[in-house]
Amino acid sequence: MSKFSGTKINPKKFHRSQTKFFVILIPLAIFVGLPIVFIINHAFKPTNELYAWPPRFFVRRPTIDNFRNLVDLASESGIPFSRYLFNSILVTVVGVFLSILITSLAAYGLSKLKFKGKKLLFEINTLALMFVPIAVTIPRYLTMANIGLIDTYFGLILPLIAIPVGMFLVKQFIDQTPNEVIESAKIDGASEMQIFLKIIMPIIAPAVATVGILSFQLIWNDVVGSSLYVDSESLKTLPFYFSTIAAVAGNPVAGQGMMAAASFIMFVPNIVLFIFLQSKVMNTMAHSGIK
Amino acid sequence: MTNKMNSPLWFITPYVMLFFTFIIIPVVIAILLSFTYFNTIETPEIIGLRNYIELITRDEVFMQYVLPNTIKFAFIVGPVGYILSFLLAWMLAQIPHKARTVFAIILYSPSMTAGIAMAVVWTVIFSGNSTGYLNALLMNWGLVQEPIQFLQSPDYLMTIMMIVSLWGSMGVGFLAMLAGILNIDQSLYEAAYVDGMKNRWQEIFYITIPSMKPQMLFGAVMSVVGTFTVGAIGVQLSGANPTPQYAGQLMVNHIEDFGFIRYLMGYASAVSVVLLVMIYSISKVTFNLLGEKNR
Repeated sequence: MSKFSGTKINPKKFHRSQTKFFVILIPLAIFVGLPIVFIINHAFKPTNELYAWPPRFFVRRPTIDNFRNLVDLASESGIPFSRYLFNSILVTVVGVFLSILITSLAAYGLSKLKFKGKKLLFEINTLALMFVPIAVTIPRYLTMANIGLIDTYFGLILPLIAIPVGMFLVKQFIDQTPNEVIESAKIDGASEMQIFLKIIMPIIAPAVATVGILSFQLIWNDVVGSSLYVDSESLKTLPFYFSTIAAVAGNPVAGQGMMAAASFIMFVPNIVLFIFLQSKVMNTMAHSGIK
Repeated sequence: MTNKMNSPLWFITPYVMLFFTFIIIPVVIAILLSFTYFNTIETPEIIGLRNYIELITRDEVFMQYVLPNTIKFAFIVGPVGYILSFLLAWMLAQIPHKARTVFAIILYSPSMTAGIAMAVVWTVIFSGNSTGYLNALLMNWGLVQEPIQFLQSPDYLMTIMMIVSLWGSMGVGFLAMLAGILNIDQSLYEAAYVDGMKNRWQEIFYITIPSMKPQMLFGAVMSVVGTFTVGAIGVQLSGANPTPQYAGQLMVNHIEDFGFIRYLMGYASAVSVVLLVMIYSISKVTFNLLGEKNR
């Protein structure tokens, strides 16, 4: 029998035979990670280092000037920075909460309850995995204008909280939970909603965390909502404000430092959240298959 | 209050309502609008198939640049990103847990950077004057005398778009494949070796891929969709729509160009419908390809 390498999947500790993977993975991780390290360094560079020649990758004398300028520029334009920040946080927190709630409810319904059209609904949802929102931006705008969502916080939140991918992942996850638990709770007189809240929700915590991350990324980074669905400046969110700096700084001199600071502010919450929840995400992904 | 809530309606109504309002209805409206002339001010006027006919016969930009660009972009970034996701996931599965977690976080992190961040980092790196990092490097090594206008030059823009997209392509699909590989029953490998399997390649093709087929399919769909979603990247990098000499113009940009710059909504909708149909058919083809290979 030739050497058996299957057991090398998910090894407990380092073995010499893994060296070849590290030889490939380390340079690749550096290539992938450098731009991220770059964002972090660039955000803290003083002006003379931003335009030093030859350009330096790492920051020498870190400063928070870029962040300060970013805040100042906002108040010059009439809307304080805190307003954009408040809007972003409000929209993201409410959006993520609703997204988790609505998605898990529907996933439970599709996984464990019996009703007409259930199969069809899941089929349509799977089809919608292939949906690219950017392709139907215009009709989406028209729909929203017709139901009066333009220029409200709802206009920023509602279009983003029904995520087919999230719903798909949670449904696949709930499929794995044993029916016996649900049956016995029913014998004890629990309603479907009680079963969902008290039994299912704790079990599907990893999947919920995953939907949370996906919807956080979607809502926190969303520019389309602010640029199309709200007109008043006081309702717009951080990424929109940052994207206007990008437009002003068409010539790189005007706002490179500020843009780097902006990217830093946008990126950090994403990565922190992901680092905390990555084991939960992996747990969910194990059931992510399309059969 | 919750002790009487048994009807499935409690569970599915909120999702279904949102899902229909923001996904299904817009798609339907897009299809309807695509048969009209609509300039956002007057009521849409039905003109039958004229938008589609014009798109195919008259729109030289679409036929000469947008469509070939989109196809080229999708057919390179999609499969390469997908194969890369699998290979990386496969390698990650074979190193210890702690190192794997660190690598997975690094590889996933680009897909979290918003469009602005991507544009900032990469525009600075490829910037056309001597403060651009790549130009500074090349000039330092004496490879070029004058800085190259990477982002404004039609010769480079597409390549840069592809590199940046591949850099950010380790998303949800990659995580799914990693989880898929880690969850394969190890006794399958053992059995296969007893039955005379000889090497790693056989291992990958006869055991690994078939055992994680559901995740492979999920990854494939995510990869196709991801490829088309990052489509706006050319405009972000070059800072202009249309991109210089239409070098990085993709369908998404064409839609924005006609919809929000020229206000020809009916026409833009027709392009949207073509895009949705393309994504759908490519996903289907991918499905069938992967499905058959592993049977």
